[in-house]
Amino acid sequence: MVRLSDAPASPELVHDPVVNDKVREGVVTALRAALGDGLIDSVIKPNDDMWVRVSAAVWQQAGRVLRDTVGCDYFCFLSAIDWMPSPYGRGEDDPTAPPPERDTAIKQGYTGGETRMQVFARVTNLTKHFGVTIKADVPDAQPSVDSWVTVYAGANWHERETHEMFGIDFRGHPDLRNIYLPTDFEGYPLRKDFPLLARMVKPWPGIVDVELLPGDDTDDEPAVPAEPA
Amino acid sequence: MTDLADRQKLSYIAAQAADARLNVELETEGMTLNIGPQHPATLGTLRIIVRLDGEQVVWAEPGLGYMHRGYEKLTEVRTFPQVTALVNRIDWLGSFANEVPFILAAEKLMEVEAPPRAQWIRTVLFELSRIANVSLFLGDLGVQLGAITPVFMAFRDREYVLNLIEGATGGRFHPNFDRIGGLKEDLPAGWITETKQVMKKLRNFCDQMEDLLFGNEIFQSRLRGIGVIPAEVAKQYGLSGPNLRASGVDWDLRRDQKIALAYDKVQFKVWTHPDGDSFARCWIRLQETREATKIVDQLLDGIPSGSVMAKVPRIIKVPEGEAWVSTENPLGEMGYYVISKGDLGPFRVKIRSASFNNISVVPWVLRGVYVPDVISILASLYFILGDIDR
Repeated sequence: MVRLSDAPASPELVHDPVVNDKVREGVVTALRAALGDGLIDSVIKPNDDMWVRVSAAVWQQAGRVLRDTVGCDYFCFLSAIDWMPSPYGRGEDDPTAPPPERDTAIKQGYTGGETRMQVFARVTNLTKHFGVTIKADVPDAQPSVDSWVTVYAGANWHERETHEMFGIDFRGHPDLRNIYLPTDFEGYPLRKDFPLLARMVKPWPGIVDVELLPGDDTDDEPAVPAEPA
Repeated sequence: MTDLADRQKLSYIAAQAADARLNVELETEGMTLNIGPQHPATLGTLRIIVRLDGEQVVWAEPGLGYMHRGYEKLTEVRTFPQVTALVNRIDWLGSFANEVPFILAAEKLMEVEAPPRAQWIRTVLFELSRIANVSLFLGDLGVQLGAITPVFMAFRDREYVLNLIEGATGGRFHPNFDRIGGLKEDLPAGWITETKQVMKKLRNFCDQMEDLLFGNEIFQSRLRGIGVIPAEVAKQYGLSGPNLRASGVDWDLRRDQKIALAYDKVQFKVWTHPDGDSFARCWIRLQETREATKIVDQLLDGIPSGSVMAKVPRIIKVPEGEAWVSTENPLGEMGYYVISKGDLGPFRVKIRSASFNNISVVPWVLRGVYVPDVISILASLYFILGDIDR
C-alpha cells in the first residue's frame, strides 16, 4: 500500500538561521522614511529582538508600513499595557493594618512613553524571520486609537479583548462588543486599579512553604543517575 | 490588493441582503442554529451561532468566554515560579509545552541559561506533550466524522505517553515541572529505554491512523476541498502551527528561531501542504506526530550528562525589562510577552495563545459552507477551549 506520507512534500526552503541585525536597522529606516516624526523611538537588542514606538496618530499607518513595506504580514497579537503601578501591590496586604505606602510613579519600559496606557502589537516577517513589537501611547483623557482591522484582519478579536479589558476604544472597529465578559460588566479588569476580588475577599495567607531547589541544603553536586544512552 | 476587511464587510452586507431576501421574496425564513455551548464538536464549551439559509451557513459567530479565567490578571499577583502552575491549564492536553516559553522568557530576562541536559529533557517532554495532544486529535477527528474506532486507539496510545510524562514529572496532566534555570528533577532510571519503546508504538499508531482514516474514501470526501484557507488569509489572521503550514506557509518556530532548546541538534522535516483545506490540516498533524517521535528518538540518543539545574538564587527576582518568547506548541505559536519591574512577580504578562487566533478565522471560513462541514472544519482547525479563553 502506498501511504500518503510517502508522497513528496513541498520542497524544503533553506533559511538563514542567523537573524541579521542589519535587517532590523532596515526596519527602523523604512519606518522613519514612511512615518517621519511619527516614529518616536526604537530599541534593538543585538541578535535578539526589536521594539519601536510610534505616535497614536500614525498607529494605523505604521501597521500598513509594517505589512506592505517591511513584509511583516503575519499578525501575532495586539494588546495594551497599563503602566501605572497597582495601588493594591501584589494583593498580599494585611487587611487589618492600614495599606502601606507605595511608589505610584509611572515608568514605561522599552522605548519609553508619556501616557499611562500604551497599545502594543507584534507582527512577524515569515521569510526573513524577525518580529517587531510596536507600541503607541494612548491619550489618558480619551483612550482611543485607530483600529488595525483594515490592516490585519486578525486584529478584530484582539481589539475587542483589549477594549473590554483596558477600556481603549478602537476607532473604525466594526464590532466592539465584549468578547469574554458579560455585556453589562462594569470596569476594565486588566487596568491596574481594578482590584483582584479574589484577593480582596480572602486575604493572601502568606508564604507557607518554600520548595527547596536541588542542591540547596548541601554543597554536594546533585546526583545525576548515569543513564546508558 | 483589496483589504481583507473590505472584502469581509462586502460579504457581510451580501449575507445580510441574502437574509432579507429569504424573508421577503421566497416567504421562507432563515434559521439561527445554536451549536453548543455543549457539543461534542466543540471540545469544551465553545458556542457557535450560525445563521442558516437551508443547509448553507449565511454567517457564523463563535461565542467565547465560558471558560475565561483571567490568567493575565492572576499572573500579576503571583511570583515568577508560581506562574507555571497557572499556565499549565491553558492548553491542558499539552501542558508541559505551555510552561516552556514562559520559563524561557524569565530566563532571558535574568540572563540565565539552563544546563544542556535540562534543555534536552525540556525538548523531549515538549515533544511528548505534542504527541499526547495531537494523538488525541487524530482519534477525536474520527468521532466527528462518524468513525468510532480511532478514538479508542488514540486514548489507548496516548495513555502510554501520559505514563511517560507522569513517570518523569509526577503529573499526568499538569506536570508543573519546569523551573527557572532548569528542571525540578532528573529523569528516573529506565525512562529512556521505555520511551524508545513507546515511540515505536506511537509510530505504529500513526501508520494505523493513516491507513484507517486518511486513506478512507469517506474521510477524504468529507475533508478534501472543504474549508479552504488561503495562505494570505491565514497569515493575516495569525493562524499558526499546523493550520498555517497546511496553507503552504513554511514556518516552524522550532526551526526558524534561535531558542534555548535542543531543536538545532536534531534533524527533522517541517511538513507543509499546499491545499489549505481541512484534509491538509489533519494530514499535517499526523505527519508532525510521526516526526515528533523521531525527534524524541534522536534526542534520547544524545542527552548530555550533567546537572539539570543552573545556579539560581533561592528567591527569584527578575531584573527589569521586557521579553517576548514564543515556541511551536502542539496547537501553534504560543508566546508570552513578559514585563518585569525587578520584582518577585511579573508586572504584566500578555499570553498569546494559538487557539485564540486559530479560531478567529471561523467567521470567515464558515461563511457559505454546509452544516455538516461546520463540524469537520471546526474539528480540523483543532482548538482547546482553555487555549482560547485563557
